[in-house]
Amino acid sequence: MRVFFEQLVNGVTVGSFYALVALGYSMVYGVMKLINFAHGDLFTLGSYLGYTFLVWRAAWITERAGLWWGVLGAILFAFLANAGAGILVERVAYRPVYRAGRLPLVVSALGMSIFLQNAIMAIWGPRFQVYPGDLVPTASLRFLGLSLPLLKVVILFLSLGVMLVMYWIVEKTEFGAAVRATALDREMATLLGIDIQRVILFVFTLGPALGGMAGVMNGMYYRSIQFSMGWNYGLKAFTATILGGIGNIPGAMVGGVLLGVIETLLAGYIPGGGAWKDGFTFLILILVLIFRPTGILGEKVAEKV
Amino acid sequence: MGALLEVEDIRVSYGAVEALRGVTLRLKEREIVAVLGANGAGKTTLLRTISGLLPLVRGRILFCGRDIRSFAPFELLRQGLAHVPEGRRIFPTLTVEENLLLGLYGVRHLVSNAERERRKEWIFELFPVLRERRRQLAGTLSGGEQQMLAIGRGLISRPKVILMDEPSLGLAPRVVQEIFRIIRQIHEEEGVSLLLVEQNARKALSVANYAYILENGRVALEGKPQDLMHDERVRSAYLGGSGIRQRLL
Ligand SMILES: Nc1ncnc2c1ncn2[C@@H]1O[C@H](COP(=O)(O)OP(=O)(O)OP(=O)(O)O)[C@@H](O)[C@H]1O
Ligand SMILES: [Mg+2]
Repeated sequence: MRVFFEQLVNGVTVGSFYALVALGYSMVYGVMKLINFAHGDLFTLGSYLGYTFLVWRAAWITERAGLWWGVLGAILFAFLANAGAGILVERVAYRPVYRAGRLPLVVSALGMSIFLQNAIMAIWGPRFQVYPGDLVPTASLRFLGLSLPLLKVVILFLSLGVMLVMYWIVEKTEFGAAVRATALDREMATLLGIDIQRVILFVFTLGPALGGMAGVMNGMYYRSIQFSMGWNYGLKAFTATILGGIGNIPGAMVGGVLLGVIETLLAGYIPGGGAWKDGFTFLILILVLIFRPTGILGEKVAEKV
Repeated sequence: MGALLEVEDIRVSYGAVEALRGVTLRLKEREIVAVLGANGAGKTTLLRTISGLLPLVRGRILFCGRDIRSFAPFELLRQGLAHVPEGRRIFPTLTVEENLLLGLYGVRHLVSNAERERRKEWIFELFPVLRERRRQLAGTLSGGEQQMLAIGRGLISRPKVILMDEPSLGLAPRVVQEIFRIIRQIHEEEGVSLLLVEQNARKALSVANYAYILENGRVALEGKPQDLMHDERVRSAYLGGSGIRQRLL
């Protein structure tokens, strides 16, 4: 039972990273009808930016304010820097081809993915980089006989908190309604006074920012990162997006957490399952696509004409 | 008499197809102008061009004396031009209330929270059924209710001009009756000007101050409703003679 709960916490934590990345896919897909292939690599970029921040600056912050502020600083830094990267990518790679139609946009996204991956390799090198252990807290929380690393708990609550904020923005605010309206009928949204370009910029800024944040947390969780990890990770988050129902914000969150839990539990309980972890993910993707292509919360999406 | 909307000799094409070939019309303050015409005459094209959704090949459009193209399409609502397009175009997966309030999006900085509530109440008084359904997803409304929502959404910003594209399309006679009653009411009480595209010529002429008849992208005829109603060509073609279209209402 103890192992089960620990696995469950691990699953939810990893799942919340997937969910954060999935949110970016889902928002961009909803508004642009584009699978943003560069999204996984923006996640990697965030993870490297956080790493660099920790190596360069966290010691300085840690000395003055404590370990946790270094961690939060790294996450915040990656969030903001990735938001900037998102704006840049939209400007350079996407905006010039909006008028050219869907296919050029997809090709441009693929190109951006390759570019980012190579740029990251050129800047940080092709080897694994390791998040510095002395700058990441290692204390553990004892809770009902479980031993939970404090870092995991903080990361978990942080990402769940961010998701709640996202949910609130998209489902409860006026601007969120404008984003959903734009996703459904861009022309009608324009007639109601919604500036589509701003909505597009919003999803291309916030998506990568959330992905970058997940990238840092993922780095702290697994400790080692590599330039090419975005592809695999992106596919997983994409699976989570499909699982929850693409274009559906709450769906991305549910799909992400669910995928993390399923993956961790299967890997933990099936003998030799760890090696099959990625296999499970894609099995889930295939099964969802066959039996419920609209995803768990996807009914709403399916009915939109 | 200030003209709110002046369309001067505009031409619009879809690729090689010329949909409007020199259309001129004007809408004055506190006026309802009807635009009639058969399927494919260019009525929807005209409204979409005014709203900036289609590019002009030639001619110009003035709104309150200013070239309408000096505004981006999304800015027009704030300038006081609303468009209730063909086919309702409500957002099916948003609630009725969310749909309605999006009608204020373009003027959100000009409207206080209290005012927003008042406006909502006002629309709910015009269309009581929307109040009952406010929490429901708009996609679950009946066709007539969706049309009421679309009109309410166009009205809630209190625009100077509403472009309305076939509000009676596909509705039962009783609902059409109701919609036209409300059109007349908002015109009289709010002083809104309307450019009303309709296939239901008899109804449209009954509320209009002036009317244009489009044929193949040109204004074939224009005049006051009383005169048009007695014009032989109009009677046969649009008012249920032996013409292209008959409406038994
Ligand atoms: N997107 C388009 N591409 C090509 N041709 C178009 C397009 N939209 C409209 N047309 C053509 O332009 C002409 C005018 O169309 P429009 O929709 O303005 O007619 P309408 O008067 O609104 O007709 P209806 O009463 O059926 O709504 C038609 O011949 C139509 O086939
Ligand atoms: Mg039409």
